[in-house]
Order: sequence, then C-alpha cells, then structure tokens
Amino acid sequence: MDYIDNILFAALLLVGIGFFVKNIQKIIRNIKLGKDIDRNDNPSERWKNMAMIALGQSKMVKRPVAGILHVIVYVGFIIINIEVIEIIIDGLFGTHRVLSVAGSIYDVLIGAFEILAFLVLISVIIFWTRRMILQIPRFWNKEMKGWPKNDALYILYFEMVLMSLFLIMNASDYSLQQLGAEHYIKAGNFPISHFIAAWLPQDIHTLVLLERGAWWLHIIGIFIFLNYLYYSKHLHILLAFPNTYFANLNPKGKFNNLEAVTNEVKMMLDPNADPFAAAPETANEDVPDKFGASDVTDLNWVQLMNAYTCTECGRCTSSCPANQTGKELSPRAIMMKTRDRLEEVGANIDKNGAFVEDGKQLLNDYISPEEIWACTSCNACVEECPVNIDPLSIIIDLRRYLVMEQSAAPQELNMMMTNIENNGAPWQYNQMDRLNWKDE
Amino acid sequence: MNVPTMAEMMAQGKQPEVLFWVGCAGSFDDRAKKITKAFVKILNKANVEFAVLGTEESCTGDPAKRAGNEFLFQMQAMTNIEVLNAYEVKKIVTACPHCFNTLKNEYPELGGTYQVVHHTELLKSLLDQGKITIEGGKFEGKRITFHDPCYLGRANDVYEAPRDLIKKLDAELVEMKRCKTNGLCCGAGGAQMFKEAEKGDKEIFIERTEEAIETQPNIIATGCPFCNTMITDGVKATEKENEIEVLDIAELIANAEDL
Repeated sequence: MDYIDNILFAALLLVGIGFFVKNIQKIIRNIKLGKDIDRNDNPSERWKNMAMIALGQSKMVKRPVAGILHVIVYVGFIIINIEVIEIIIDGLFGTHRVLSVAGSIYDVLIGAFEILAFLVLISVIIFWTRRMILQIPRFWNKEMKGWPKNDALYILYFEMVLMSLFLIMNASDYSLQQLGAEHYIKAGNFPISHFIAAWLPQDIHTLVLLERGAWWLHIIGIFIFLNYLYYSKHLHILLAFPNTYFANLNPKGKFNNLEAVTNEVKMMLDPNADPFAAAPETANEDVPDKFGASDVTDLNWVQLMNAYTCTECGRCTSSCPANQTGKELSPRAIMMKTRDRLEEVGANIDKNGAFVEDGKQLLNDYISPEEIWACTSCNACVEECPVNIDPLSIIIDLRRYLVMEQSAAPQELNMMMTNIENNGAPWQYNQMDRLNWKDE
Repeated sequence: MNVPTMAEMMAQGKQPEVLFWVGCAGSFDDRAKKITKAFVKILNKANVEFAVLGTEESCTGDPAKRAGNEFLFQMQAMTNIEVLNAYEVKKIVTACPHCFNTLKNEYPELGGTYQVVHHTELLKSLLDQGKITIEGGKFEGKRITFHDPCYLGRANDVYEAPRDLIKKLDAELVEMKRCKTNGLCCGAGGAQMFKEAEKGDKEIFIERTEEAIETQPNIIATGCPFCNTMITDGVKATEKENEIEVLDIAELIANAEDL
C-alpha cells in the first residue's frame, strides 16, 4: 500500500499526457484538411521571425501595458514549469524535492519561481480587471459573448488557482521544514511564501495535509489545464511557434496569383490556341474544383492553423477601420468562425469516418457576404496580430468564390469590373482619352 | 509641359530612364489629374527622361483583384505586361500606391519584372542627387500632417520618403495619433472606392479626417489619389475646406517651386 500514491500519480501522468497527445493529433489532422501551400522557403528568416515574434514577443509589446504583463505571465509560465520536472520525479518515485541536491542553485531557482509565481498572480489579476472592471472594448465585441468570454475567464481563474496552490504548497513546506518534520528536508528559498506561512496553523499534521493537498491539486490542475487547451483559445501557447514560422514573408500588399487562373488566361490570350482542341491531358490536374473558398477545406493549411492559433485578443478588430465604424466585419470573428466550422468538420469526420455532407459551409452559414465586403484590405489586422495571423487572406479567398463562382459581387463592383473589361479603367472613360490631361 | 509617350520615344530610337505609369485616377479623375501634372512638371524641371504609355496604358487590375476577380486581374496584368515588355521597360514610377503595389508585387510572377518606385521615392532620390532643390519658404510655419496610404505603408513599408520630403519644406510635420504601421485606412482600398460602404454607424473617411483635423493642420498631405478623394470629401463633410487643404506630396513640391 506504500506505493499507492506513486501508482496513482503514474496513472494520472499517463492519462493526462495520453489525452493531450490524442487531441493534438486531431488538431494536426484538421489543419491538414487545408490545401497545400509551400511555406518552406527562406528558413533562416522563418526561424528569425519565430525567435523574435513568438519567443521574443516583439509584437506583443507594441501595446505596452498588455504586452509587459503578458511577458511576465509567459516567462513565469515557462520558468515555473521547470518545477514540474521535479514534481513528476517526486510523484513517480516518492521522493521529496529531489532536485535539492543542486544545493544553492536549487535555492535560487525556487526563490525565482516564487517571485515569478507572485508576479504572474498579480498580472493575471490585472488582466481580469482590464477585462471585467475596466471593460476594455475589444474584450466586449459581440463575438465575445458566451463561450469565448467564459473561456477567457476560465484561463485567468486557472492561472490564479495554480499560482495560489503553488505558493500554498511552498508555504506549508516551509513551515514543515521549520518544524523539522520528517521527510521535509531543508531545501529551497521562500521569499514570498514565508509570509503566507505566518498565517498557517503550526501543527505538523494539518500542515502535511495542506502541503500534500496543494501539491496534488497543483499537478492535477496542470494536467487539466493541458487538456483544456484543445477546447480553448489558449492553444496559442503552442501554435504561436509554428504559426510565426510558417507566416507569410512577402510584402503584405502582395496577394497570391491563382495559378489555375493563369493557365486559363494564357490560353485565352494565346492567338495560336485552338478553341476547338481537346483539353490537354494535364488540364484536369491544374483546374481546381472551385475558384476561391466557400468552406474551410478550400482554405490552405496555414489559414487553418491561423484559426487554431488565434487567442481572441482582438487587437485586429480594434484596429480594423470597418469594425471601428460599426460595420459587421471583425477580423477576429473571421478567425473564430473559421475555427468553429473547422471543428464542426472535424467532429463530422470523427463521427462518420469520413466527411459526410452536412449542407453547411463557412460562407453564409458562418461568415456573411456583408462582413467580407466591408473589408478595405488595409492590412491593419495583419500588422496588429502578435502572432502573424492573416485574416485578410481568408476574406479575399471568400470574395474570390463569391465573384468567380457565383458572380455575386455587389452591383457597383460589377459595374466597375465591366468598365475595366470594356475600356481598361474602373470608370466609364474611353481608353483613347487617357492622355487628354496633357492638354487640359 | 513635355509628356512624351513610349511610342514616340521608340520612333526616335530612344529609351527613357523611367516609365511614368499614370494610372486610371491620374488619367481621368479631375482632382488626380492635377497631381499627375504637378509630378510631370517636377520631372520636366529635373530633366528626367521619362515617358508615359498614353492610350496604351490600361488598368493594372488592382480593384478587380481586391474584389476577388482573379480572372479579370490576370487578363489586365498579362495584357499590360505584353506592352511593357515590348517596350523593354526597366523602371516604372507611379503616383498611385495601388498601381505601385500591383506592378511591384503581383506582376513579376506573371512575367513582368520591373524596378517599381512610388513617386515620393523617386522625388526623394532626385532631391538626394541634387536634381531638385526644395525651397521651403512658402510653407514656413505651416502644419502638415501626412496620411499613410495603406498600399504604400503597411503593404510595402514605405513610410519615410514622403516624410523626408515634407520636412524639406520647412513646415512642421505633425503626426496623427494613428500613423505609419498603425495608420488608419481612408476607406477606399480593397475596391471600396467603387461601392457604397457596408452598413455601419460612420464613414471611414470621416473617422480618418477627424483624426487628421485633431492635429490642427493647415495641410493634410497624401500620396495616393484615392486617399486624396476620401480625405477631401471628409474635409468638406466637416466643413473645414476653407481652412485645410488636401494635397499630394508632388503638389506640395511643385507649389514650393512655383511650378
């Protein structure tokens, strides 16, 4: 019976990590439902972007208050998780503070963890205040009702609870060390929790219960949080890295030229082309089943990864000229809706083995034409995104479907395009008058 | 005003240093034509050997592409590329950031690779080479704010050339709250110029113009014919047209030189 704790812990570890791996595989499968796009060029610049933007948080600090608080939580998260290594070893082998063999280095580390945990706790409380008391507008747009709002709050509560448990665990450990309790070797440095220790009962039995309770709840909490990621906007802590690596490196104004269209236009403009000739053998491979995108599977995998990476901070929406002036469009909602539809398609595949037509698509059922026609393609959303998500590329692909497959552009745009076709200008002027300004 | 066409140049067996791509707005829009002429006057004064395509120029296809009509865009692009390549064009300057972006970024893959510069970049280099001098006297003490066109700024990272030119005018360059990478769109991009805005509670050009007015400028400078139209409308709508002028950088310089 002595080993029951260790066995329980091993089971928890296995289940916690097992579920996580299974869910990550599901996310990878869903992302791979996207069309292929080559983003393997220029690896040195890609690594640099990842190091600067994801690891270095360079775009986060453009809004300094949120940025610096985020850096604290992020650094705290990474560094405090070193402690998890010790927790896992202790849990599996029944040791206590096994890494304390490192001596004074260990003391410094534990001290640093404590200070960081405290700073994280403060930062998260400020985050909560910004969201709920100051009610910063970007957290209260209409797409932030219900689950997205709760999701954000759950994450903050999780972090508050985990940090508090960590500090309580250390505080009771510190008291036990002072009381010379068996098994609690003198190790660590407790700059924050020794203050908490002063409020704890000084009775070994209660303290052991408190220490063990906090220890278990803390590690269970970490495993729950790990598995919560899959359902949450918090996936960005993992996906920010590949997302910045595979992000677009071209100038933001450059939209891709559809290759399938190029082939057709070349045929049309080729004076030697025989309009009655049989289509060449390769033609079928080049022509996609549709131009543009009406559903998530028409988008490329980077766009789908973007959707999973979005943490709904709303910097894009708060800088979008259309959204600022009361239009339906919100770039954040474009990403959220893309993810919602992708998850729906994924669940459909899980249930049926392969995708079974469900009569829905991204366009119209999730994203309305009114939203996408409000975009000025100004790239403010792309510029703002702290992890290089590109909502504009999705908007343009949806427009392409509406225009090229459904001829469903707003009437005025159809007139503009007819003018370009007929007289080479978006307005009804004769091309022969193009140089008249010279003599006016 | 001396405005040779590529066809005339070719007939004389000459190749200009740079092709001036006028663009549809610059050719047909009454307000934008003034920008075109101001720019040409500067080119003439600096003795830059340039030419235009004249009636052989056609829309780059930018509004069609942003509206989602890739077919029409590529038709326009390939037709234009055929003309440009036939004249063996190497360098293009344009006063329209939309033409600039499309020619620079989207034509190469379709077979049209040129060195493309925005007119503010060319003016800046003429200044650096001493081919033009800017006497600021006329603008002394004036407050000028610069509205970043999205397709020049964020889309292509050109922020400094227009500002360097304004600073040469001895004017006070005042920045709006949202400028450079954070600049707010005028509302015309992405083919919005050619349609009514979607339902909302405000026009984007009003929002932007109000922000410009907050800097208490004498002049709102732009580098894009569409931004110019939008901001001009905004200034009219806020009844400030007697106090604030909306001018292109090329016009500022031409005015400074009394051209």
